[in-house]
Amino acid sequence: MILVIAEQKDGKLNRASWEAIAAAQQLAGGQMPVKVAVFGKNVSGVAAELAGAAVAEVLAADADALGTYTPDAFVQAAGAVITAQAPQYVILPHTYQTRDFVPTLASRLDRALVTDVIALRTDGGQAAFARPMFQGKLVADIVPQGPTPHLVTVQIGAFRADAVQKGQAPVNAVQAPVDAGAIRQRPEAPFQEAKQAVDLSQAERIVAVGRGIKSQENVALAEQLAQAFGAELAASRPICDNGWLPMERQIGSSGQTVAPKLYVAIGISGAIQHLVGMKGSRTIVAINKDAEAPIFEIADYGIVGDLFEIAPALMAELKK
Amino acid sequence: MKIAVCIKQVPTREWQPRLNDTKTWIREQEASYEMNEPDAYALEEGLRLREKHGGEVVVCSAGPARVQQVIREALARGADRALHVEDDALGAADAFTAAQALVPAMKEEGFDLILTGLQSDDQGHAQFGPVLAEKLGVPHSTIIMEVVVESGSLKVKRELEGGWFQYVTMPTPALLTIQSGINQLRYATLKGIMAAKKKEIKKVTPPAGLASRLKVVALYAPQKSKQTVMIGGAAAEAAHELVRRLREEARAL
Repeated sequence: MILVIAEQKDGKLNRASWEAIAAAQQLAGGQMPVKVAVFGKNVSGVAAELAGAAVAEVLAADADALGTYTPDAFVQAAGAVITAQAPQYVILPHTYQTRDFVPTLASRLDRALVTDVIALRTDGGQAAFARPMFQGKLVADIVPQGPTPHLVTVQIGAFRADAVQKGQAPVNAVQAPVDAGAIRQRPEAPFQEAKQAVDLSQAERIVAVGRGIKSQENVALAEQLAQAFGAELAASRPICDNGWLPMERQIGSSGQTVAPKLYVAIGISGAIQHLVGMKGSRTIVAINKDAEAPIFEIADYGIVGDLFEIAPALMAELKK
Repeated sequence: MKIAVCIKQVPTREWQPRLNDTKTWIREQEASYEMNEPDAYALEEGLRLREKHGGEVVVCSAGPARVQQVIREALARGADRALHVEDDALGAADAFTAAQALVPAMKEEGFDLILTGLQSDDQGHAQFGPVLAEKLGVPHSTIIMEVVVESGSLKVKRELEGGWFQYVTMPTPALLTIQSGINQLRYATLKGIMAAKKKEIKKVTPPAGLASRLKVVALYAPQKSKQTVMIGGAAAEAAHELVRRLREEARAL
């Protein structure tokens, strides 16, 4: 049996949960039942939504102590359900919440955990899980070792939510006892730093700049290029970390997600944290000095070269 | 406050991957190495907390002899001393193995606060911090953008997805994984480099019976999901061709 742990917050399902179900159905290949568990307080609505997938059962773990996420409570609750259900695999979406509690869960259960999986390889009898390594320069096929269950987290966007086989599953309540006294983290309510002044998700064209720009002074060049393209200026995380552009212009898992008509990435190598924020763009142009940069794998057009030569040439060309 | 900062040595960003004969790992001996960038931010945060609250910063690393390069660098930037769990096999260790290797020596030290980067730039499992916390029996929080030390507790700003944050309080000792960009990094001064030569690096052998849980059966370059049109030539030529294709082919302009 494969157990998917869905993610919800305040009764709202995280859509990446469907991607984890799609991965589980693919891994099961019709040979193994798939169940979905969801943890929280008042999760009946989310459980009913999940019951629309072709799975054997939806397990709803409802407890006061699960109302606000803490790693300590979720490790206890998920650990109890996994131990009772004894699945062969546990699959979750690779969200920030998963990253916060699942390594602890795997450690407490003393089981293998493969994170950030982008593809499954089931040929040859044993399941292998493909995941990026070395900043996306390589992919590793990994076979988890030791006793089951093996825990697997799937990269956001790697499996298609619309590939989920639909059905009608029974929803059953499941006991997930949490010792509230053992919860060491005291979380406060989530907040946003500032109202986002720039809504990059509405931009038709975006020019995004990365480490390759080298210095703050050179960001002006990227700005001029954006103007020439009639585009908004955006950046990868390191540029915003350095304070060269405001955080609100950051694209990626910690910033905004965009899908413009045209995305021009200059001096961006294409770490996965950036790619998840822009790979839905219709046309992607990559300009980078490193021919091996992962950004070229998702680009429609690529130029290997010095951006300090190519950007001015592009501006001249666009003015024609 | 006794602060541990766990750092990892990883191949440089400019490194071009070369595979070993069985195509299951990289040729480690041919790579050039540097400090894992998220760990550098963790180190900087540790140094700032020491400057504010006193105590010491002990840099901890598991790996072959070569990791002394990044240990020395951390000492040059201002760490007080180091703990090196040394074994050749640890070069390719997964997060579980690396955490297990460090646990006995770190337990003995009894740290108040353990900092490390949110993930490594090489294997990128994003597991080491929470696993180490569990094995040390301390609470943790991940992807941290601010650390405030209160008496007997910590208040941290945890990054959530899509520009959201949350404050979390927890008792010490505790472990935090630090997000890149939490602070501005300092670099080693000549004085720091000289001083580092006299600082203690305690070498420890890892506990027996470490076994990897993740077996790499194949390592390869990613398969392209798109047919990328690569445009060559001199800058002016390439720019002309790109703009032409964006106008006529992609209709993106």
